[in-house]
Amino acid sequence: MRTTTRMLSGVLLAGAALFQAAAPVLADPAPSPGASGDGEEQAAPTEAGTAFRTAVKIRQDQPATAEASTGDYLYWVFDADAGRTATVRATVKLPEAAARHGAATWRLDVYDGLRRRQACVHGGQTKAAPAGAASVTVSCTLRTVRAWAEPWADDPLPGSYFVRLTVADLPQEDLGLPVRAEVLATAKDAGGARAVDGTLAVPLVPGASDAEVAEAADGAFSSGWWSSRWIWTVGGGVLGAAAAIAGYTVTRGAGRPSRVPPGA
Amino acid sequence: MITRKRLTARAFGLLVALAAGLLPAGPAAAAAAADEPDARESPKVELVLDVSGSMRAKDIDGQSRMAAAKQAFNDVLDAVPEEVLLGIRTLGADYPGDNRKTGCKDTRQLYPVGPLDRTEAKTAVATLAPTGWTPIGPALLGAADDLEGGNGTRRIVLITDGEDTCGPLDPCEVAREIAAKGTHLVVDTLGLVPNAKIRRQLTCIAEATGGTYTAVQHTDELSSRVKQLVDRAADPVVKPVATDGADRCADAPRLTAGLYTDREEFSEHRWYRVDVLPGQELRAAVSVGADRAVNRDYGVLLRAVTTRGREIVRGEEAGDGRTDVISTGLRYPKAPLDDDTADEVKPAAETVCLQVSNSFSAPPSVKTTPGLPVELAVDLVDGPDEASDVASFGLGHGWWLLGVLALTGLLAGLVWGWLSRWRLAVWRTN
Repeated sequence: MRTTTRMLSGVLLAGAALFQAAAPVLADPAPSPGASGDGEEQAAPTEAGTAFRTAVKIRQDQPATAEASTGDYLYWVFDADAGRTATVRATVKLPEAAARHGAATWRLDVYDGLRRRQACVHGGQTKAAPAGAASVTVSCTLRTVRAWAEPWADDPLPGSYFVRLTVADLPQEDLGLPVRAEVLATAKDAGGARAVDGTLAVPLVPGASDAEVAEAADGAFSSGWWSSRWIWTVGGGVLGAAAAIAGYTVTRGAGRPSRVPPGA
Repeated sequence: MITRKRLTARAFGLLVALAAGLLPAGPAAAAAAADEPDARESPKVELVLDVSGSMRAKDIDGQSRMAAAKQAFNDVLDAVPEEVLLGIRTLGADYPGDNRKTGCKDTRQLYPVGPLDRTEAKTAVATLAPTGWTPIGPALLGAADDLEGGNGTRRIVLITDGEDTCGPLDPCEVAREIAAKGTHLVVDTLGLVPNAKIRRQLTCIAEATGGTYTAVQHTDELSSRVKQLVDRAADPVVKPVATDGADRCADAPRLTAGLYTDREEFSEHRWYRVDVLPGQELRAAVSVGADRAVNRDYGVLLRAVTTRGREIVRGEEAGDGRTDVISTGLRYPKAPLDDDTADEVKPAAETVCLQVSNSFSAPPSVKTTPGLPVELAVDLVDGPDEASDVASFGLGHGWWLLGVLALTGLLAGLVWGWLSRWRLAVWRTN
């Protein structure tokens, strides 16, 4: 069966490629949530919030920095859309080694728009920095954001994602020393294989009952109807039709039988 | 199907918006007003500076602590954002004597909270000379009074080099009392001496109010940090509304969409009620803050329960180690009315009870009152378009799909071809 699949796939690839070429035209040019609405490039944030309420908004692919004291809880928030797999990476430039008294453990937590902690699929979410280290990097790759999930699941949904960076364990003498943090959120397209049905009326953004917030969120997130499943399905239909014609032709042999006189 | 639903949802949203516009006194409008930071309310910041005798010590970049503080203040005063109302309060500035009782009352407002006259403020700071005791507790109380009134954000920035020697008023307790008043006052602390006792006291004050602690070693660090904290006060932020959860659902306060704060003691249960219409989705998020020393393991549970006590859905989270809050949330989409009955039946709201509980614990030495700060966010939005299939629109994906379709097509073509050949043969023999 495997061989059949493979043999088929060669033929099918050609068909798929045809449709792939048409895809960008078909695809809804959904603005990526990171893009600013007014089109102008905005400066990277140089501050971090200190709570969910004061979290500083960051855009995807734009590194944000913050000066802080060791022990502060630093909060940022970014948008992630359905079908995307987001990764957050934070690098902390530690205080000079001479001022420190030992190893410190740093931790990165990601919460969704409902402040539910999200699991990290890959990445070192907590990392211990040895006493002499100059910096420490923690990262977290979330599960792929789904367009819809059952209320009883805490699957990641389109909306805001809060990032909390803090020191989890340290010698008490090192509290309050200055650090510099840099955080970068990126997202990869997970492809049509992860495209699920259903959709939220409003993405999981804080304060979504507010008409203005909902309106802004509506513009920032894709409506989510497009996925490469359309290509596969339409391609499959065309392929089935082509195979049907091919099968039909095979049974007819090469043209009319020679025995049949013309005009019969 | 989806588009149609969305359109209806939007039309409904428009109606609601119109209704809210027509009835400005309605609860929806009130909640919206509470959510938005009022542009007219200026943020207030009070800098509280320790001017006790120990500030004479020359250990910050070769100059005295006082000189470093003065230099930092000059920098900060130059950079204060226009809209911030800034005040300055001193502690230990006036009484040089040995009488502890008098020394511990020595705190005064050097510059009143209000629009800043930079020259005047700088002159006032220049006159300061290190003098007396370190009454941090009374200074915090004084500063809280100075910032009284208005609805903007409030921040106290405390700069000190010594621990409060004045007892019995523990400044940490004072800070927690101030925070428990629900005025959203944040105290940020800066310590000029890396000393275990001072650090413990200042981190405790910061923790109790959701502020930060910084250990200052250099003058430039001091000025940049104070500037940063003052700027933070100017950032607009949504202010939560204080509410008071009940110990059972029947007595619970009715909440509409918005952001709320409350206090909850260790292992206490707090109930709230929210009315959800058919076709609406309730979203609730809760965070319980650890504003004091707590034991290593903790958790939070948020349950949505019907009035009859059946649990609908829950959010739960547990954690361990150092933390500021532990949070969780839940979604409850209430099924819409059937299309055919929608016209006949008047949609009745369902009362959903929200129960917030926590499993924080603390060593016996830690005071349990006032309770831990709770922040509850409630949102009511249109319900989701339920998934009718696992896959998007029920579409297919992958090589297996293509293989099956191609094979089916091929078989269909073959069968059709043979059939027609057979029919031709039958026709010819006849």
